[in-house]
Amino acid sequence: MARWSRRRTHLGTEADRATFRTLHNASLAAPALREGLRADSAERAVRHLRALLGTPAVALTGADGVLAWDGIGAHHAEQCAALAARAVDAGVTLLADADELPCTADGCLARAAIASPLVVEDDVVGTLVVVAPRSTGRLVRATDEVAVWVSGQLALAELDASRNRLVEAEVRALRAQISPHFVYNSLGAIASFVRTDPDRARELLLEFADFTRYSFRRHGEFTTLADELRAIERYLLLEQARFGDRLAVRLRIAPEVLGVTVPFLCLQPLVENAVRHGLAGSPRPVTTVTIVARDLGRLCVVEVEDDGAGEDPERIARVLAGEDVTGGGPGAPGGRGDGEGVHPSVGLGNVDARLRATYGDEAGLVVETAPGAGTKVTVRVPKFAPGVHP
Amino acid sequence: MSGDLDPTWGAGAVALVVVVTLVISTWGLRLSRTTSDFFVASRSVGPGLNASAIGGEYVSAASFLGVAGLVMAFGAEMLWYPVGWTAGYLVLLALVAAPLRRSGAYTLPDFAEARLASGAVRAACALLVVAVGWLYLLPQFQGAGITLTAVTGAPRWLGGLVVAAVVLVGVASGGMRSITFVQAFQYWLKLTALLAPLAVLAVVWLGDGRPLPDDLATGSGTGSGTGDDGWSTPFGGGTSGLSDGPEGLYLTYSVIVATFFGAMGLPHVVVRFYTNPDGRAARRTTLGVLGLLGLFYLLPPVYGALGRVYGADVEAGGADTVVLRLPGLMTDGTLADALTAVLTAGAFAAFLSTSSGLTIAVAGVLSQAVTRSRHATRGLGPVAAFRVAAVLAAGVPCLAALAAPGIPVARSVGLAFAVAASTFCPLLVLGIWWRGLTAAGALAGLVVGGLGSFVGVVAALVLGSASGEGWGVALVTQPAAWSVPLAFATMVGVSRATRARVPEGVDRFMVRLHTPEAVELDRG
Repeated sequence: MARWSRRRTHLGTEADRATFRTLHNASLAAPALREGLRADSAERAVRHLRALLGTPAVALTGADGVLAWDGIGAHHAEQCAALAARAVDAGVTLLADADELPCTADGCLARAAIASPLVVEDDVVGTLVVVAPRSTGRLVRATDEVAVWVSGQLALAELDASRNRLVEAEVRALRAQISPHFVYNSLGAIASFVRTDPDRARELLLEFADFTRYSFRRHGEFTTLADELRAIERYLLLEQARFGDRLAVRLRIAPEVLGVTVPFLCLQPLVENAVRHGLAGSPRPVTTVTIVARDLGRLCVVEVEDDGAGEDPERIARVLAGEDVTGGGPGAPGGRGDGEGVHPSVGLGNVDARLRATYGDEAGLVVETAPGAGTKVTVRVPKFAPGVHP
Repeated sequence: MSGDLDPTWGAGAVALVVVVTLVISTWGLRLSRTTSDFFVASRSVGPGLNASAIGGEYVSAASFLGVAGLVMAFGAEMLWYPVGWTAGYLVLLALVAAPLRRSGAYTLPDFAEARLASGAVRAACALLVVAVGWLYLLPQFQGAGITLTAVTGAPRWLGGLVVAAVVLVGVASGGMRSITFVQAFQYWLKLTALLAPLAVLAVVWLGDGRPLPDDLATGSGTGSGTGDDGWSTPFGGGTSGLSDGPEGLYLTYSVIVATFFGAMGLPHVVVRFYTNPDGRAARRTTLGVLGLLGLFYLLPPVYGALGRVYGADVEAGGADTVVLRLPGLMTDGTLADALTAVLTAGAFAAFLSTSSGLTIAVAGVLSQAVTRSRHATRGLGPVAAFRVAAVLAAGVPCLAALAAPGIPVARSVGLAFAVAASTFCPLLVLGIWWRGLTAAGALAGLVVGGLGSFVGVVAALVLGSASGEGWGVALVTQPAAWSVPLAFATMVGVSRATRARVPEGVDRFMVRLHTPEAVELDRG
């Protein structure tokens, strides 16, 4: 007897269990709804919604008719779609009784339908249709509550989508942000070779054209490490033309990782940062920028290092945390370019955010730096991640 | 001509290889990376180098010792094994190489996830990678034990332990990653270590003027291969204790199916395809591998044939070491010792390279499974997790090799192929060429194929070298001929039944897999 009562407390009362069942059904429906309101996600969600409501049939409709129908009475889909369309237009819950659902089938349980609108950001995107033998006040209330919950999940899906769009917008912004100073300085350096070394001037001009073509590329969020490195080599050639012997470059690249897929322009800003910030205020006559790419099994590790001026670690931490540092933060318009050497570490925050958005938090940038000790930025990219391809 | 060898030579050769391997694994990383100012981005790994590297990982000493032993003991029909191991790359070339590269997958579980977007299928694949890796490691450790015993008289368990220990030290020190140059070098080292002694032995044989035995085409008096049809039923009769008839033919087909379709499922080979810059390079690499393997597998049969001529007194049980004993049987003194030392060194280098490739592949999958579950990572960094996984990856098959020393080497390699062919082959072929595959179908096929082929593994471990007659033993010990079609049928059948759940975006994925990179096209 004691054991029996203990088990009862363990499982809870009947009402508790009903609550748990409801929450469980809701949690099963949530992942599909978080993908947005489409035919395939609606298909997966609607089963759990029917379990939640416990009615003979449940349907989800979108802008152009029924997306998914679960349960009996699929021959009423047309009539329900018409009801749903009216509910969308009206923006309120509508009911249909037996007269509006003419049926020739014997013993058909689908004698009443309730269509409750799904609202995301003030727009009616579809309806939740519940089909039952007759409509009761309790059922209408339950339908409305579930519709509100589904709307909430769809709003979250919309949030996910807009976050992705934001990341894409940041890439586009980064692309458009080729520093005007880089353009002037490169063209100035090239001009200085036109008379003394016309061949080199011509080559540099072609490198410049190729580099800008890569940076302004319109399609694709990802590229290969080989392409990104090729752009970096062009960039460094142009910077070397300008800085001459003050800038030394070393690359150590394991050929095994050249095919790894990386986010577009995820390394070039780091190199630009190393050149710009490493050279500015560097005590040495020659500043060396070293780029190392290593194969670590299922990871590819890229390190961008300079032995230049270094940086205050706390300041870097603030940049990576997305804060606006002396007006030169990653979000500031034109931040990457104007006033060379004044806005260090620009671009780091953007790259860090994109790496985290793509591969998860453990893929963020690792920055080792101290004033006077140079800077080393480490990127760890998995060789394979779902959804990542050039 | 004495069969006794000076053990110091053999031990010296093994010690030398161990030291060199450890030095390369700690310093090789530095040697292999070229430091240069510019234009490194265009220096991707060429198909030729990559093919050598795959050859270096793939050709294991276990297989070349095993092939020579089988040819000596049971005749030229045993060439089905090397033929199958090579032809597997033909299937890989035609059906899998380029699309697999274009899928962007690094490991087989990666491919499953990319194609089916299913965590369950990914987990099943990870489990199978571990299983295939362990089955393939087992003969490496066994072969090392046999080799060390043959050349130094050391106890059987020592060789496997030495190889496992060296591999673990190499992995733990951070070296022994997939360094293409080192692996490519391994292939040519193995080839030279077999070819140079063979040249000397061939000269000796010509000088002796001994003829080849006229019955080279059939088993050596063990009562198999009657009549002209012997080539098609070599695995019946004396080899397995089975009768020749239709069961023998079944066994031949089973070996063919396992080896032809198994190569694409070997975890340490698949990861190397990622190094190719694109699908076209992957195909060219595979073509190169075909050529290199064809070249390599010419040599073990010659050793086997010479073994027939000189080693008639070598008992069948010692057939696996015929390559190592041949110099002692054919020549005398220092020459014999030196040749044996070269062969031993080559064999050990091969054990080490194949074992480390497999250990890294298995440990990678194990550590990834561990680090994906959040609980386990607390207090265990990714590097530490990888090291623990490496101990597990090499330790388990090493213990198994100590516990079950009786299985012939070529046989246990065959089991690894049977499991790979029954699971990964259907997954890859259907995943690449049939858009109807669903996660449920793939999972069902992997389970059915895995269980079916695993029956063979268990049977081999329990029965040892199988005895008894009839279809039962044949079907159980060589399951590939029924387990592979069954796995295909299950995948197709269950996928058809769950047609509604074909992954979204499969058409896009297919476009990416099958469109050459040169074609301008939005692949997103």
